[in-house]
Amino acid sequence: MVTIREYRRPESLEEAWELNQKKRNRVIAGMLWTKMGRGSIQTAIDLSGLHLNTIEETEMEFEIGCMTTLRQLELHEGLNQYSGGAVREAVRHIVGVQFRNLATVGGSIFGRYGFSDVLTVFLAMDAYVKMYQGGVMSLDEFARMSYNRDILEKLIIKKRPAEYYYQSVRNTKTDFPVLTMAAAKNLETGSYHFSVGARPGRAVLMADETVFGNIGSDQDRVREAVEYMKASIPTGSNTRGSAAYRTQLVGVLTERAVKKLEGEGR
Amino acid sequence: MTLELTLNGRKTSGEIEADTLLIDFLREQGCYSVKRGCETSNCGLCTVFMNDVPILSCSVLAARAAGSSITTLEGLQEEAAEFGAFIADQGAEQCGFCNPGFVMNALALFREKKDPSEEEIKEYLAGNLCRCSGYEGQLRGIQAFLEWKKGKGETR
Repeated sequence: MVTIREYRRPESLEEAWELNQKKRNRVIAGMLWTKMGRGSIQTAIDLSGLHLNTIEETEMEFEIGCMTTLRQLELHEGLNQYSGGAVREAVRHIVGVQFRNLATVGGSIFGRYGFSDVLTVFLAMDAYVKMYQGGVMSLDEFARMSYNRDILEKLIIKKRPAEYYYQSVRNTKTDFPVLTMAAAKNLETGSYHFSVGARPGRAVLMADETVFGNIGSDQDRVREAVEYMKASIPTGSNTRGSAAYRTQLVGVLTERAVKKLEGEGR
Repeated sequence: MTLELTLNGRKTSGEIEADTLLIDFLREQGCYSVKRGCETSNCGLCTVFMNDVPILSCSVLAARAAGSSITTLEGLQEEAAEFGAFIADQGAEQCGFCNPGFVMNALALFREKKDPSEEEIKEYLAGNLCRCSGYEGQLRGIQAFLEWKKGKGETR
């Protein structure tokens, strides 16, 4: 495990940000992944005193504080109603209830871990992060950025007329996923977005209007979308699966998502 | 630094380092039911309640628990014995090493869901690993316990 010299629980984001400018200091979030690492941290910055552990819902959006736990996401009625259960589906396979009572949204999103179900599901939504210094930016942009020493304050999900479907493939229950996919269907235009994670790299968003616009139930268009996804999503190999297997899964999950969102098998 | 919290209903304090984990602090206080099984935050053996919510005490800094209320199996003896008898009746466990974490999380389940389905039981307890059994005995024990509670009129 990592060693920690000093523990601080800042009383303001400004204080947290200032502490975080030192290279050897680190925000610990839920600490699940941090604990698995090695090395030493001079000052562990604990954001749990900043009241950033709530989900606020308005007519327009959800604001999810960075210290909100994965279990809170799982149980939040409004969020799961809006996402058609996709958010719950994304987190419920992550280890166990006790783990999800500790792991935070901010930790998952800021870490941009390749294995992150959380990043995958929100990437398919109209999602933004609010950074303390960097302001509001789209989650897609944030997911492609390199790490910096800013602090992720909250995640913002803007409501739009859409339906979502989330799938993950795991070799065994509670393990890291072999592949994750969130699909979003815009109910006004019929167009699709897909985010794919555990490739095993960071989740990526695919939203090509020419391929994914109004796929509907037309088998040729579905096949075209499946082949496009297989050709476009970069996959790699690790102990959980080969690149070829993952690419095959990309196709299977794309087809299943379209079928589901077009109402087949409902 | 000095850590102050409520442990099994009693105000407790002790000296900790910045990187002392909650599990180690609790064991220093004599709560030996709280054990390490995996070191990868996966097995559920170190489960305790922090402000009535089940968490992995191996993965939380003791410092974060300052001011909170921690409950371990030592503080739930009556409830644990009542439920544990149903697990024993099924001969569900062999070595028993996983038992404290399993019982803690099962009690958390019963508090959260009064009449869980089989699927809900399996999902809630997925983070408690037992390497001797296939979980069938534990599942039967839980279901028998819930039936018994129903008979007593203690579930809604």
